[in-house]
Amino acid sequence: MKEYQTITEISGPLVYAEVDEAIGYDEIVEIETAQGETLRGQVLESSEGLVAIQVFEGTSGIDQNASVRFLGETMKMPVTEDLLGRVLDGSGRPIDDGPEIVPEERQDIVGAAINPYSREYPEEFIETGVSAIDGMNTLVRGQKLPIFSSSGQPHSQLAMQIARQASVPEEEEGDDDEDGSEFAVIFGAMGITAEEANEFMEDFERTGALERSVVFMNLADDPAVERTVTPRMVLTTAEYLAFEKDYHVLVILTDMTNYCEALREIGAAREEVPGRRGYPGYMYTDLAQLYERAGRIQGRDGSVTQIPILTMPGDDDTHPIPDLTGYITEGQIYVDPDLNSQGLQPPVNVLPSLSRLMDDGIGEGLTRADHGGVSDQMYAAYAEGEDLRDLVNIVGREALSERDNKYLDFADAFETEFVDQGFDTNRELEETLEIGWDLLSMLPKEELNRVDEEFIEEYYREEDDEREVVEAAD
Amino acid sequence: MSKAESTETTGDGVIQSVSGPVVSARDLDARMNDVVYVGDEGLMGEVIEIEGNITTIQVYEETSGVGPGEPVENTGEPLSVDLGPGMLDAIYDGVQRPLDVLEGKMGSPYLDRGVDAPGIDLEKKWEFEPTVEVGDEVGRGDVVGIVEETVTIDHKVMVPPDALEEGETTEIASIEPGSFDVTETVAELDNGESVSMHQEWPVREPRPSANKKTPRTPLVSGQRILDGLFPIAKGGTAAIPGPFGSGKTVTQHQLAKYADADIIVYVGCGERGNEMTEVIEDFPELEDPANGNPLMARTSLIANTSNMPVAARESCIYTGITIAEYYRDMGYDVALMADSTSRWAEAMREISSRLEEMPGEEGYPAYLAARLAQFYERAGYFENVNGTEGSVSAIGAVSPPGGDFSEPVTQNTLRIVKTFWALDADLAERRHFPSINWNESYSLYKNQLDPWFQENVEEDWPEKRQWAVDVLDEETELQEIVQLVGKDALPDDQQLTLEIARYLREAYLQQNAFHPVDTYCPPEKTYLMLTTIETFNDEAFDALEAGVPVEEIIDIESVPRINRIGVQEDYEEYVEELKADITEELRSLY
Ligand SMILES: Nc1ncnc2c1ncn2[C@@H]1O[C@H](COP(=O)(O)OP(=O)(O)OP(=O)(O)O)[C@@H](O)[C@H]1O
Ligand SMILES: [Mg+2]
Repeated sequence: MKEYQTITEISGPLVYAEVDEAIGYDEIVEIETAQGETLRGQVLESSEGLVAIQVFEGTSGIDQNASVRFLGETMKMPVTEDLLGRVLDGSGRPIDDGPEIVPEERQDIVGAAINPYSREYPEEFIETGVSAIDGMNTLVRGQKLPIFSSSGQPHSQLAMQIARQASVPEEEEGDDDEDGSEFAVIFGAMGITAEEANEFMEDFERTGALERSVVFMNLADDPAVERTVTPRMVLTTAEYLAFEKDYHVLVILTDMTNYCEALREIGAAREEVPGRRGYPGYMYTDLAQLYERAGRIQGRDGSVTQIPILTMPGDDDTHPIPDLTGYITEGQIYVDPDLNSQGLQPPVNVLPSLSRLMDDGIGEGLTRADHGGVSDQMYAAYAEGEDLRDLVNIVGREALSERDNKYLDFADAFETEFVDQGFDTNRELEETLEIGWDLLSMLPKEELNRVDEEFIEEYYREEDDEREVVEAAD
Repeated sequence: MSKAESTETTGDGVIQSVSGPVVSARDLDARMNDVVYVGDEGLMGEVIEIEGNITTIQVYEETSGVGPGEPVENTGEPLSVDLGPGMLDAIYDGVQRPLDVLEGKMGSPYLDRGVDAPGIDLEKKWEFEPTVEVGDEVGRGDVVGIVEETVTIDHKVMVPPDALEEGETTEIASIEPGSFDVTETVAELDNGESVSMHQEWPVREPRPSANKKTPRTPLVSGQRILDGLFPIAKGGTAAIPGPFGSGKTVTQHQLAKYADADIIVYVGCGERGNEMTEVIEDFPELEDPANGNPLMARTSLIANTSNMPVAARESCIYTGITIAEYYRDMGYDVALMADSTSRWAEAMREISSRLEEMPGEEGYPAYLAARLAQFYERAGYFENVNGTEGSVSAIGAVSPPGGDFSEPVTQNTLRIVKTFWALDADLAERRHFPSINWNESYSLYKNQLDPWFQENVEEDWPEKRQWAVDVLDEETELQEIVQLVGKDALPDDQQLTLEIARYLREAYLQQNAFHPVDTYCPPEKTYLMLTTIETFNDEAFDALEAGVPVEEIIDIESVPRINRIGVQEDYEEYVEELKADITEELRSLY
């Protein structure tokens, strides 16, 4: 392997070096500084005689005397089932004093696209135990469902609650899960604070979840450019566990905003023509190459489900990061600062939230036959109640009709009874739907035009059945 | 070049630099749009720029590990598709590689590199039945025979447009029925040319036609708001812009399922893998409403998902429209859905920026508007070169950043298309689906399609539609007042109008794509639903005039049944009864 001491330019995270052999695009590079430190990087552009290298750890410490080695291969992640229970840095090296990891395989971290013909459509309900999700925005195995949040919100608690509680109902009964697949969590931290990271780690340790988890940590003070490889390391591990070792893998990536900032930084250093708000024009494609690595594959037992978390700059979902994410993922869960300040736990705003795969994952034989109708009806009623709240501020409750007042009561009760369950409460779907019917029964029967009549017959509580809930809501 | 034949390669070059999907080579003897094989692995690419000795290539596969010094081979042929029986019930990537065949060849669920396959099966035998005899005169595009491609579609074997000059004719020298594969000759012509079931066509070049005509037949979609308020013509163009999650894909899927076209070409351009999987899983099971056959039998799918190479995303639109034109030439009505044209535009932008071209608006290349126009221009109601009539309808989803319609792709599209289905985030958030905004959307085909609806549904179709539009308009105005003072402050007649409008919105405009019955609404049912609401309107206003308080009118027991018309299979009877009940109940109040 040839060594070069030919660095011609250092600019931000980029290093340019002259070479006299052919270097492959995307190849891995090692740079040894004069101080003896070894940094890693990747070829971003390769032309005859000159390559541009993106250095993961940042370029500080590099000068023109540093030596450059090209490893002749693209970036790989060493994978094995033994990764479960381990804590790694953002480039996949162990940082937990555990034993050396002996890889079974080394896989390219730029995963090849799954052939759409080979996919299997995701439709197995995952019970998260969170009513706002299970009841209204159901998650299924193989889905990518991000949490749209903003700084200072308890999105981590929600993600932890899901990771802790998530189960596929039949698994709990233990017997009729034919594929016998196990559940694993892969946690990828990108640029989060040590404090946030600790919260996750403590939760993992407290609940014993670490054993069935792999943790990748790139913290706020770790190199920003490394963030562009962390999720690829995470997803390569996830695909290996899911499609070669039959695990149902839940991937939590936090915070995608930091990932996108790193992309922007590299783009700026390369003096690329920027897209919207300075982010690279190819950010949609780049993000898709991560998010599309969720899914199910025909003939394989495992699955990769993704819950990426992102903090929306300015709580604005038209910002390119949430916007492009929403265009790729299969729905989104909104964490709402207003609901948070009202004390709702979790503060999920179900109105803009959506699970695109819900329709195929619920209903008779999957969850419960009335599930779809209940959810539609609650959406409609909550939305109407929400609207009326604005009006109440102007004209007062008295000026509203009896019908309108019922909707207002419904909206309040929906938040306090249905959404605000606490981060430690695990609700079964049955319970979620029962609460749903308690709430719907606050409305006149004739108003329930989105639920089939037979379900109204079966579940609607006539006047005096369930008074307490209605009372409690006032 | 087409993958069905292995062409000699000429004028090899050497890679000079690699940057993502863009590779430049020197010493390559090539013309614009030639297909080349790049690097030791022979990745497929297309020449997109030539400057002196340097040729720039967009590569349709991932380029990781490819480096300078590796060879580039030129095929000397432009990017083309293989046309012939076998395109229906197939699924392709953006350069027409069959994804099912690739899965087999690669032996993996992941898309590997450097593997190629022809767009149609070259070995499969088809039963060919001549429709002309020896001595018959034929011109270009003329049909010489048919093969049954699927249970639904007879594939017409045509004289290739390039076998003769425009207007020139020749005679059939020999033709036999029998079992042939697509490469075998099924007919010889007097001028020495031979006809097989296989044609090739360069994707970036429209197939010739005799004439474009004014479209006068609707593409009936079974979606109430589309057929009822904003119809598209067979041969028409439509755009569906909307923010994420507003229903673009569901609308496109609904059209692919229920539109009364003969052939559907569905292009998944830079969108989700699972959405294509859904189509692959559902369509073979779903019935074509026209004949009960599996929907896949009339469908050709092109899936270049968001994580697949971006250059192949750029070409997938062309691959799709060329296949559509080929079936049009057979005299079929073809509908093409492209989800999403914004991803296509972004692919152009990505390539353009790697070429360091001068960026136009928001970084898109200056030729964005021209490319969009060229694409939609390939749609239309045509008189074909063989004298038959056929159509290509093009329906493009648009995904504007932040849902803001003022961006370049939406704006340039709106300048071209004649139907605009504006999706609305507010409606979607309320779960009002399809969340097509009735104030903003329009169809410029409306008037020219009225005669068809009058003849085939009811004479007063246009008047009924106008009535609905008027009520909805009035509601929009009244809502502004309600926002300020509340509903109860309005006079009785206006309160009643609001109630009528509510039924229009909730029963008529909303339609649940996931309900087994409601998902498809024939125009007759659309019409009856509207007349039921109108009956309520007329009777209610009579009652109001007779002094019945508005609360009592609104509260009658029968009227909420309007909301359930959509889910009725035997809707005629249901509607009949409901109209009678509403009338009776209201009249009993005075
Ligand atoms: N006609 C409809 N009936 C019922 N539900 C619908 C309908 N249209 C849309 N939806 C709901 O809206 C969701 C989002 O729709 P869709 O996937 O079509 O959005 P989109 O506009 O294509 O978004 P993106 O730009 O992110 O691809 C669907 O998953 C479904 O739940
Ligand atoms: Mg879509």
